[in-house]
Amino acid sequence: MPKMTMVEALNLALHQEMEKDDRVIVLGEDVAVDGGVYRVTEGLLEEFGEERVIDTPLAEASIIGASIGMAVYGLRPVCEVQFSGFSYFGMHQIESHAARMRWRSRGGYHVPMVLRTPYGAGIRALEHHSESREAYYAHTPGLKMVIPSGPRNARALLVSAIRDPDPVVFYEAKAVYRAFREEVPEEEETFPIGKAQVVREGDNLTIITYGAMLQPSLEAADTLDEEDGVQAEVIDLLSISPLDHETFVNSVNKTGRVVIVNEAPRSFGPAAEITARLVEKSFWYLEAPVQRVTGYDVIVPLFAYEDVYLPDAKRIVRAAREALSA
Amino acid sequence: MPRSMIELPYQIEYLSILDEEGKLDKELEPDLSEDLLLEMHRAMLLSRRLDERMLNLQRQGRIGTFAPVKGQEASQIGSAAALDESDWLVQSYRDQAAAVYRGQSIESFLLVYGGFFQGNQLPEGVHNLPVAVPVGTQTLHAAGLAYAIKYRGDESAVMVYFGDGATSEGDFHEAMNFAGVFQTPVVFVCQNNQYAISIPREHQTRSKTLAQKALAYGLPGMQVDGNDILAVYVAAQEAVERARSGEGATMIECLTYRLSLHTTADDPTRYRSEEEVEQWEKRDPIPRFQNYLQEKDLLTDQKIGDLEEEIEEQIQQAVDRAEEQMKELEAEALSMFDHIYAEMPPYLEEQRQALEEVLAEKEGA
Ligand SMILES: Cc1ncc(C[n+]2csc(CCOP(=O)(O)OP(=O)(O)O)c2C)c(N)n1
Repeated sequence: MPKMTMVEALNLALHQEMEKDDRVIVLGEDVAVDGGVYRVTEGLLEEFGEERVIDTPLAEASIIGASIGMAVYGLRPVCEVQFSGFSYFGMHQIESHAARMRWRSRGGYHVPMVLRTPYGAGIRALEHHSESREAYYAHTPGLKMVIPSGPRNARALLVSAIRDPDPVVFYEAKAVYRAFREEVPEEEETFPIGKAQVVREGDNLTIITYGAMLQPSLEAADTLDEEDGVQAEVIDLLSISPLDHETFVNSVNKTGRVVIVNEAPRSFGPAAEITARLVEKSFWYLEAPVQRVTGYDVIVPLFAYEDVYLPDAKRIVRAAREALSA
Repeated sequence: MPRSMIELPYQIEYLSILDEEGKLDKELEPDLSEDLLLEMHRAMLLSRRLDERMLNLQRQGRIGTFAPVKGQEASQIGSAAALDESDWLVQSYRDQAAAVYRGQSIESFLLVYGGFFQGNQLPEGVHNLPVAVPVGTQTLHAAGLAYAIKYRGDESAVMVYFGDGATSEGDFHEAMNFAGVFQTPVVFVCQNNQYAISIPREHQTRSKTLAQKALAYGLPGMQVDGNDILAVYVAAQEAVERARSGEGATMIECLTYRLSLHTTADDPTRYRSEEEVEQWEKRDPIPRFQNYLQEKDLLTDQKIGDLEEEIEEQIQQAVDRAEEQMKELEAEALSMFDHIYAEMPPYLEEQRQALEEVLAEKEGA
């Protein structure tokens, strides 16, 4: 199996789906000639031509709104918003229409589009290029919200997202794009949207996370193993909405202790919803208060302090020890 | 009559005073003071050298991503020079030439691009808004500022910068419409540098000019040679006057070219040819203006040499100061909690304390 970065794996998914299905169209700013500012759409123009790989005018509302129209007509648009910080320019289209078309038309129309967009801090970028605002989308009924954590699941999830009958917001962690390589099979692979994955088994503590925070969570689990003799179970959510609480509830019912890690701001973020579900479903199994390790409720600082802002293995270990000592 | 023609004034004025061969249209030549001419020249040169220095710093990892101005100095300095201190400048992310000309410090930009938000603090009395990165959004702020100026009965103008790409965003159109409906004192300055990252101007819109978009909103629009600082100045001066005298908004399209990278993360060889860049290098606004000043006996080779040295020294000092400040500020991570609200709510105070503990632990380790 070839070893790929997440950028290459996403590119593979797009190539294969476009080859297989002429309904799949890619559109966005700088996605064609330039191959996308992160090169995720590299080579697509050459292979599929400018009718299917569209360099749009600089307007996110056009990209997202036109994708809705294309999807209603039966195409499968995969649109790119260059940075998630600019996806709000199409928020009215996403909230008012993409998420509601199925409901409003009483099932008559649906919007099988994917909105791909890079998110998150850790790459020394400018303002607006480091946010993790998945809660906006996860909070919107009618939308699905997917955040892969590595090359292999990114590829599989993107294929599933393209084939999904509902609109999917697909967040790609910039910090993971080229951070490591993983074996990705040539042959088709999908992964069900709305399913989490146990990526490390353990009996003493559960760490629930996703996206770019998976790596520091795994690192923390190793430290806990080495220094504390604690076995942490690590759960990679992969989908934020629908949220697969069954997987993490099962785990927490076994371990009784839990740390939830997300890069997003603390208040009203995914960790808050996960906590609520645990309180609803695992209350009598909890042996310690739920620990959250999150971004702070501040504007993501410019890059000089982004490492301080971002949750890291140290903060996760600290929270785990807190949970274990209760 | 069921079908008739509605007459529309459908012409866009184009203005060039000092062309790329250095030919001057004497009749159009503005009567500018020696001081102003030299000040504008110095500001352009400073911007060019600062660009070069920042590119170096970026390549050495001493600052992060930024957007070079190179090639657009005349568009920015020529237009900003038409403003008074009491006027407002609403800038985007490629406008440091004008911002510095208007009184922001070089080190403040180095701080921001070095990753420190502290650099965004504006000096007292400078009526600039901080850099707006989301394309086109700032145009609406200009429309609102101008409405407030009119409401207060003040006689100031607001100038707002944006690129050719920005004219595709809804915000731009809404801002022009707002300014038109309420006849507010805005000067919309489009720096048409021919590209929005990789997208050439002709793929951005089917319109022949960008200036003509003003017509749809009932505003005058005009196009100028954006590499001719005299033409930019004259057009901007007229628009600012119109704004101040209550005649409302204007759009100016400056035809220019981004001679350098979109940002330091960009590779322009993927989407444009060397030859094209070379063609535009011949129209570089700086030598053109420099020759004009030499012909007027306002500059000599000797004076230019001295000025270059002085600018190098000025930039060096700013870099030194900025790097010193960055070192000091490294320990100030807790300042990320500042300026989120006028008053810090208790839950945020708690988070701040939690971070303080984490940092203290790291110190101890
Ligand atoms: C709303 C928004 N979308 C996308 C981006 C990413 N981006 C930054 S600059 C740019 C191109 C802007 O082109 P133009 O308006 O012509 O100005 P220029 O950069 O050429 O000065 C893009 C797409 C952004 N900053 N804001």
